[in-house]
Amino acid sequence: MNGFGGFVLRRAIGTVVTLFAISVIIYLVFYATPGNVAQITCGPRCSPVQVHQVAQQLHLDDPLYVRYWHFLQGIVVGQDYSTGTSVQHCSAPCLGLSYQTDQQVTQLILTKLPVSLSLVFGAMVLWLVLGVGTGVLSAWRRGRLSERMLTGITLAGVATPVFVIGLVLMIVVCGQLQLLPFPQYVDFTDDPEQWAWNLLLPWFSLALIEAAAFARLTRASMLETLAEDHIRTFRAYGVGERSIIGRHALRGAFAPVIALNANNVGSAVGGAVLTETLFGLPGIGQELVHAVNVVDLPVVVGMVLVIGFFVVLANAVADVLYAVADRRVVLV
Amino acid sequence: MSEALVASRAPGTDTSVPGVSGARQFWRRLRAQRAALVAAGIVALLVLVALAAPLLTAIEGQDPTTYHPSLIDSARGGVPVGSLGGIGGDHWLGVEPQTGRDLFARLAYGARVSLGVALAATLVQVFIGVVVGVAAALGNRWVDQLLSRATDIIVAMPLMIMSLALLAIVPSSFPRPVLVALVIGLIAWGNIAKIVRAQTLTLKELDYVSAARLSGWGAWRIARRELLPGLAAPVITYSALLVPQNISVEAALSFLGVGVKPPTPSWGQMLTAADVWYQAAPQYLLLPAGALFVTVLALTVLGDGVRTALDPRAASRLRVGTGRRREAMADAGASAGATTADAGAGTVHASSGTVHASSGSADASTGSADASATKEAKA
Repeated sequence: MNGFGGFVLRRAIGTVVTLFAISVIIYLVFYATPGNVAQITCGPRCSPVQVHQVAQQLHLDDPLYVRYWHFLQGIVVGQDYSTGTSVQHCSAPCLGLSYQTDQQVTQLILTKLPVSLSLVFGAMVLWLVLGVGTGVLSAWRRGRLSERMLTGITLAGVATPVFVIGLVLMIVVCGQLQLLPFPQYVDFTDDPEQWAWNLLLPWFSLALIEAAAFARLTRASMLETLAEDHIRTFRAYGVGERSIIGRHALRGAFAPVIALNANNVGSAVGGAVLTETLFGLPGIGQELVHAVNVVDLPVVVGMVLVIGFFVVLANAVADVLYAVADRRVVLV
Repeated sequence: MSEALVASRAPGTDTSVPGVSGARQFWRRLRAQRAALVAAGIVALLVLVALAAPLLTAIEGQDPTTYHPSLIDSARGGVPVGSLGGIGGDHWLGVEPQTGRDLFARLAYGARVSLGVALAATLVQVFIGVVVGVAAALGNRWVDQLLSRATDIIVAMPLMIMSLALLAIVPSSFPRPVLVALVIGLIAWGNIAKIVRAQTLTLKELDYVSAARLSGWGAWRIARRELLPGLAAPVITYSALLVPQNISVEAALSFLGVGVKPPTPSWGQMLTAADVWYQAAPQYLLLPAGALFVTVLALTVLGDGVRTALDPRAASRLRVGTGRRREAMADAGASAGATTADAGAGTVHASSGTVHASSGSADASTGSADASATKEAKA
């Protein structure tokens, strides 16, 4: 199949296949573990009989492929779980029950998702504006002192781990200057103003680092475009520098920025985990770290799958956007 | 998209084939970059501190794990006695709040963990990446399809999330630093495999490889004798950028409490502790944060320098502000030819500079001879 429609279709199929493969790998890796899940779930003081009961309850004695099949069934049609005395129905898409709290993983993720999405999307707006803005500025002021300073700052930004900048911001802004209170997450639907106010610091922590990469990329692609022949022709015709930078050179940076933005979703999610932990935001990241520490496998697997889903989806969407933005891309 | 991006980041195929002269050229170009030299010096110092950590702490007379309750002021909530966080002849950088452990010793031993884990992880990444990339490029269609799809899936997995999750399931008896290095290495080899595959596909078509094939050499011998030398430049370039990334990831994992675990000191852990003390003793944060920042920055600048030295054309697009003048001068002669291949970008400026100066913006070129070189040419 050829053309744009075919390209989108092929990308969609590829995305589904990738997601399926990721689910198999993650499931197998996590449930074929050397650690004794039943023992960990039951706790250190359990007798062997109790451990055996737990293992039966969690179907840990079934072969791995049977358990994976049940897991898939749960996602598609839902599943019933017997938790001791009562039976709990976990409706589709069911990612299982937490070993620790018997809570449905899907519910758990849904309650935590708004926090993480608020954090990541708010920060994304910020890093795109800051990053592309800085990049445009340094391409415009190229060769001057201000450009050197900007490139120096962005280099430092690229080299700073996200939790370091978060800690520094927290100490300076919350601790020393007392400009902002220590963030307490407020739901957007409760109070939009407080929501933004409390997320300001986490947004900046996450965005400053990412912005640096965008600034470098924007500057580089703009300089590349500026060196092309058609720009010289524009100059020869007397087109103003402002128009050349703002309209023609910026267009050249468009496609690479989209590409980088999708590529960075994975690292941004990683950064979000750190930011949430640092500022105590009750999002997916914080819950994941907690689940990892108590070896709550269904929660870990469910969250990794959901995050993987978002990352793969972002990449696929960006592929399509990239092809739209830059028709020179060979559609394969 | 992601493939296009990786491909555009991958060093071009026009890098000169490394040989004796190639290596010499590399050193010449690296030496010409002042920022990279400074960074190399800092990295060397850090490696020295890491290697000599037992010796240095023996001179200081401390070790990273001993508690010093006598140096802690419990009346003030556990901060060290004295004004400067307990800095003195006995404790060069002071002591940790609450525990009184020696900070210099923890920092020095932390450098061992940071650098060691990052280097080991990079080696694992490079090994897997090169094996997979070369096998995909040389294998038949099915091998290539299988390995390329596997690479795509690996690339799609978010590194932090996956390593965080993987670290949960391995029993705590497994030596932690080794585990962290392995986990990072096993997850993040996708991009290097892509670069190696692309480069190998190009190299495969070159005459000297065809000649070897026609002489009846086996695939293994061709890969080892003819292809690996040609892969050195892109692989070294990319690994140089992987090391600082791995340092950040290790520190992040340890910061979250799932990486290197106490009592083994690591910078990430020290930051976790600093998190608690940010109001009472903010200066305590500066040491691990500063160490981490300087290390990652130095390694990043060095990585940029290595890239510039190995592939001036690709690097000039992302060149950073410092030390450009000498670097550009060193490059001006060497890469004037390479620039010609750069899709028509700025060849004229590189050689003459005057053509462009007349248009009133002497610095618009992104060819390897950029602003500074153009000005040099004018002067």
